[in-house]
Amino acid sequence: MQHQESLGRWDGLGSRDASSRAEAMEFICQEVMRKVEAIEPIKAATPAPGSSSNSDLNDILVHLLMLSRRCPFEDVRGRCTQLLRDIQDLGIRIPRPLGSGPSRFIPEKEILQVSKVDASTQAIFEDAFAALHRLDNISLVMSFHPQYLGSFLRTQHYLLQMDGPLPLHYRHYICIMAAARHQCSYLVNLHVNDFLHVGGNTKWLNGLNEAPQKLQQLGEINKILAHRPWLLTKEHIEQRLLKAEEHSWSLAELIHALVLLTHYHSLSSFTFGCGIMPEINCDGGHTFRPPSVSQYCVCDIANGNGHANHHNDLLGNQEMCGEVEELMERMKQLQECRDDEEASQEEMATRFEREKTESMLVVTEDEECVPSRDISRHFEDTSYGYQDFSRRGEQVPTFRAQDYSWEDHGFSLVNRLYPDVGQMLDEKFQMAYNLTYNTMATHKDVDTSMLRRAIWNYIHCMFGIRYDDYDYGEINQLLDRSFKIYIKTMVCSPEKTTKRMYESFWRQFQHSEKVHVNLLLMEARMQAELLYALRAITRYMT
Amino acid sequence: MEKMSRVTTALGSSSITGRTMFCHLDAPANAISVCRDAAQVVVAGRNIFKIYALEEEQFVEKLNLRVGRKPSLNFSCADVMWHQMEENLLATAATNGAVVTWNLGKPSRNKQDQLFTEHKRTVNKVCFHPTEAYMLLSGSQDGFMKCFDLRKKESVSTFSGQSESVRDVQFSMKDYFTFAASFENGNVQLWDIRRPDRYERMFTAHTGPVFCCDWHPDDRGWLATGGRDKMVKVWDMTTNRAKEIYCVQTIASVARVKWRPEKKFHLATCSMMVDHNIYVWDIRRPFIPFATFEEHKDVTTGIVWRHQHDPQYLLSGSKDSTLYQHMFKDATRPVDKANPEGLCFGLMGDLAFAVNESLVSSDGGRKPYPGGDRRYPFFSFKKPNPTEQFAHVSSALSVFETDLDSSRMDWFVKTAQLYLLSGKPFTELCDHNATVARELKRPQVSTTWTMLRIMFSDPAPGPNHSLSKLGGLPLMNSFSMKEMGPESRLERCKGESRQDNIHLEPGNSHISNNNEENEETEGSDGPTEYMFGDAELDDDDLYPLEHDNQTVAEEPMYTLPPEAFQLRHEIIDNPSVPEHLQQDKADSPHVSGNEAEVACLTPIESFSLISISQPLYSPHLHANFFCPIVREMLSHYAERGDVQMAVSVLIVLGEKIRKEIDDLTQEHWYMSYIDLLQRFELWNVSNEVIKLSTCSAITCLNQTSTTLHINCSNCKRPMSNKGWICDRCRQCASACAVCHHVVKGLFVWCQGCSHGGHLEHIMNWLKNNSHCPAGCGHLCEYT
Repeated sequence: MQHQESLGRWDGLGSRDASSRAEAMEFICQEVMRKVEAIEPIKAATPAPGSSSNSDLNDILVHLLMLSRRCPFEDVRGRCTQLLRDIQDLGIRIPRPLGSGPSRFIPEKEILQVSKVDASTQAIFEDAFAALHRLDNISLVMSFHPQYLGSFLRTQHYLLQMDGPLPLHYRHYICIMAAARHQCSYLVNLHVNDFLHVGGNTKWLNGLNEAPQKLQQLGEINKILAHRPWLLTKEHIEQRLLKAEEHSWSLAELIHALVLLTHYHSLSSFTFGCGIMPEINCDGGHTFRPPSVSQYCVCDIANGNGHANHHNDLLGNQEMCGEVEELMERMKQLQECRDDEEASQEEMATRFEREKTESMLVVTEDEECVPSRDISRHFEDTSYGYQDFSRRGEQVPTFRAQDYSWEDHGFSLVNRLYPDVGQMLDEKFQMAYNLTYNTMATHKDVDTSMLRRAIWNYIHCMFGIRYDDYDYGEINQLLDRSFKIYIKTMVCSPEKTTKRMYESFWRQFQHSEKVHVNLLLMEARMQAELLYALRAITRYMT
Repeated sequence: MEKMSRVTTALGSSSITGRTMFCHLDAPANAISVCRDAAQVVVAGRNIFKIYALEEEQFVEKLNLRVGRKPSLNFSCADVMWHQMEENLLATAATNGAVVTWNLGKPSRNKQDQLFTEHKRTVNKVCFHPTEAYMLLSGSQDGFMKCFDLRKKESVSTFSGQSESVRDVQFSMKDYFTFAASFENGNVQLWDIRRPDRYERMFTAHTGPVFCCDWHPDDRGWLATGGRDKMVKVWDMTTNRAKEIYCVQTIASVARVKWRPEKKFHLATCSMMVDHNIYVWDIRRPFIPFATFEEHKDVTTGIVWRHQHDPQYLLSGSKDSTLYQHMFKDATRPVDKANPEGLCFGLMGDLAFAVNESLVSSDGGRKPYPGGDRRYPFFSFKKPNPTEQFAHVSSALSVFETDLDSSRMDWFVKTAQLYLLSGKPFTELCDHNATVARELKRPQVSTTWTMLRIMFSDPAPGPNHSLSKLGGLPLMNSFSMKEMGPESRLERCKGESRQDNIHLEPGNSHISNNNEENEETEGSDGPTEYMFGDAELDDDDLYPLEHDNQTVAEEPMYTLPPEAFQLRHEIIDNPSVPEHLQQDKADSPHVSGNEAEVACLTPIESFSLISISQPLYSPHLHANFFCPIVREMLSHYAERGDVQMAVSVLIVLGEKIRKEIDDLTQEHWYMSYIDLLQRFELWNVSNEVIKLSTCSAITCLNQTSTTLHINCSNCKRPMSNKGWICDRCRQCASACAVCHHVVKGLFVWCQGCSHGGHLEHIMNWLKNNSHCPAGCGHLCEYT
């Protein structure tokens, strides 16, 4: 209850008006000092660290710490830092952030500092902060590409907070379900907080079987969509819509849920792909108590690198010298010799098949499909994972992009059932697909469209989506093995992404370019999942 | 058959006959095209490429062009076109980016003629020049349009759409050199085939991709476009800027659009998703399709009119693997099913009612509204064919105006202003509100208030409950009947206001008159009863005479409280009886009661006799006992539209009733009431209600947008900080422009120039001046 109150109080800090921010800050200062004074005698008497009032104060302190680092407003940052110092002077233990910067993979100094951004990014940050009262690490990492970030945040904000067929706590719960599918504790934590903030029932968090029947029905779709979207059929949709009378979903609700699911599946990929650190104010983001890992936090374990180990890339650099040049040379060649070399149709088909099969071999770790398929708890991991498309390619026909494309079909369906979202997603996809600075590492004025298309189509290829007008031989030319490993891991089982993978591909490229790649991967994956889901719905409707 | 012959003559040599028919294809079709003599049709798709002959009764497969052992993506067609001059020439656009031409005159089995693989992405469209034999145009996903000369091995010119995907290309029917191209970003470009360097003209036609375009076959300047934004637009291209002249809104994204031959204003469309029908629109009546073909089970992918001078036959291919020939006369006419009746309430309570004229004429009493009867002449044919026109539907529009007095919401406004909702003890609030209601001639509401007071005020101690006081019961019954009388009446005539009821029934009016008299003559009774807080007041309101007999003549005052309890029980029963009560009233026997002077009250007596036999009740009823009934009553009021009453009672009763009603309902009532108040511009009342409400969702209404952004009146910059001093010019910003003192309290200012001052000063100033008192020269406007 107290926590709720204190959360309410933070809202004033998101205001654009400096004076009302100052006022809110003033209020918080007083409140905190009052609490500090109230606690001190108790602390002297009973040094139990787990007492409720104490942990309440801790929550506030952690929040202050977060604000002192992440708030886009200079004045609030300053005041929070000052306040924390004051409290420390009073002899209270204050938290300090664990790890450095928003990403585990990218050195902090590479990422834009909250304090040093240009006006347009600042505006985006302020918008985000006003809407959510936080600026998450994902946004900070994405701020390499402010154009995209704006579109991304707008969409996410609309999906989570604006008008929509689903109630707010359902939305957050669906986010939790989606992120949990990939064991993405970062997103789960974030949305557990939000879920409670909008008045969600704590009991649901114990597991999917505690949640309403209606949400439980989504479990199956969630599972399939996350790992093997090509298996989604119209029967799945039918069951949700018709069979269960009182718990049935309306089409609009289902679309909303599906968009959320795909968004968060792919966002999980991004989170792991960029090694996003836990938020400062979430568990695992700060040290305060002994550094034990909470129940939700498995990031560090999964990635096997809690500590920043500074790699000496010098050797690698020399070794890989000319990697970029080589890549550019290949692109040029492809561009030129394209017209001369005329591959026969079956040759093209084999190339697609080969790419598919090869993508299968890329990941060294082999997942076995264990018969028990149902997930009882949404946090729990089960054996249902990505399985290579081609492995069971016999039954599942290749998805022809020309027969069901986002632009022609998907968009219309989404926009029909969930107005405005189609437009936003369309914008976001286009933004991600077309984003370019015409640079490659240190080279300028490079047309990267070929490379981007290769990445995009490679991901769709892993999901069994084939473009008739694409020569899949290009992928082999442009994407080297370590890059393929990275893509495959990130898209299919993101929780297995490690820092080594991140570092081993494209060594000479800049971090911003790697984040760019991550954005492409994320959007391509989302589109692929969404296409399968929407196709199933279309089939259901016709 | 007569029509058929007419068509035949119109076409001259070749005669087209047929019927609505279809055939199964082996695979979904992506596009279809007909040859010039309208005798054959080609169907192309991912897995199909066949030619069918159109015979009288059926489709007959003539040729399968997918030959060869190896499946080739070159056969995977996105589009197909049959040359309109050369009978043997076809072109297809393949999904892998190839443009293929086919020569049916080839002796070999494989008819493939030429293969152009210049496009890097899927080719969306191919188009032959309408008069030139060797000119072929293609538009592709890679953003290029290419013009091929079929006598050469490669394209002769390339037109760049700046890497925006091309969705459709169409040669103009009349201008030899012009073609139109539509793009994925919503643009349409016009090109001159001789100038590949840049387009002649470009305009944005739709938001989102423009999937298709089609030149009008007769009119040189008209171009129809269809887009993902579910619109079909017709553009006049003859002017300098492309002008949108017609717009049809469909229910799904528009995949294909084709002008109907020989009909200037007709075009056919089909959609890309969700909707499987083919519509033919009369663009001048964009709200309802002129005709609909509903045969397909999946998305229609290709439509084409069978002959370029025959409007009767439409061919279509679909994803459901069928090929159809539609006869126009078999089309569904949505307009036939449309309901030509309409009903709508106006802002001021007027009721407009449009109805088919035939119905009106039979009903003699109604006068058609002048101007409501308009016929739409659509065709000026000499001999209009009935199937080619929109059915003449003319409706008569009648408007029922409620007369101003009865529809006025004065009572609402007055009530809202006069009601007291807080600040006094509960009983006083009730009494006050009851008085207000009574003065506004709303006896029922007034009585309700009084009853509430009785129910929920602390029961006076007094166990001396006497059954001998049955005299009170009949009165209460009569009251309750009186209460329901106007109400049920109201339900019958909703548009009319309460005051009318007074004049509706002689009996009622009689009572009201009595009522008024008594208020004047027996004012002294009121106060005494208020002190006791019992039910007698109700009776007083309605039946003063009876009341007189009882209270004044027979009983001492202090015996009244138990009687109040009795009455309460009666009230509980009331809501369930009103209808039958109303009926009873008419035929119940006249029992001679104690009150002979009020004739209409006699039936009540009879009812009272019945109710006496009801079981008795405890005299010590807790206030909670009434909660269910009050809840029902509030819902009743709210449902009848008097949400004002519901909310007022809710606020006045506060905790006593709040937990009885679920939060959502409460919130809903509050929202409706606040909305009403704001429409009547009763801002203060609405704010009071918001303040007094206990729903968190309502009280927070007050917290939103409470910030006022003001400019400094000196430097005209926004005032950023608080206080009186502008931090830029260091001047006091809120000085009165008239007296030059700082204004504390009500400050009124012009939003144009930021000058203002004390309310009364400014008002005085504006009596004589219209310019700003600060001398800035602004003509201030205060609203």
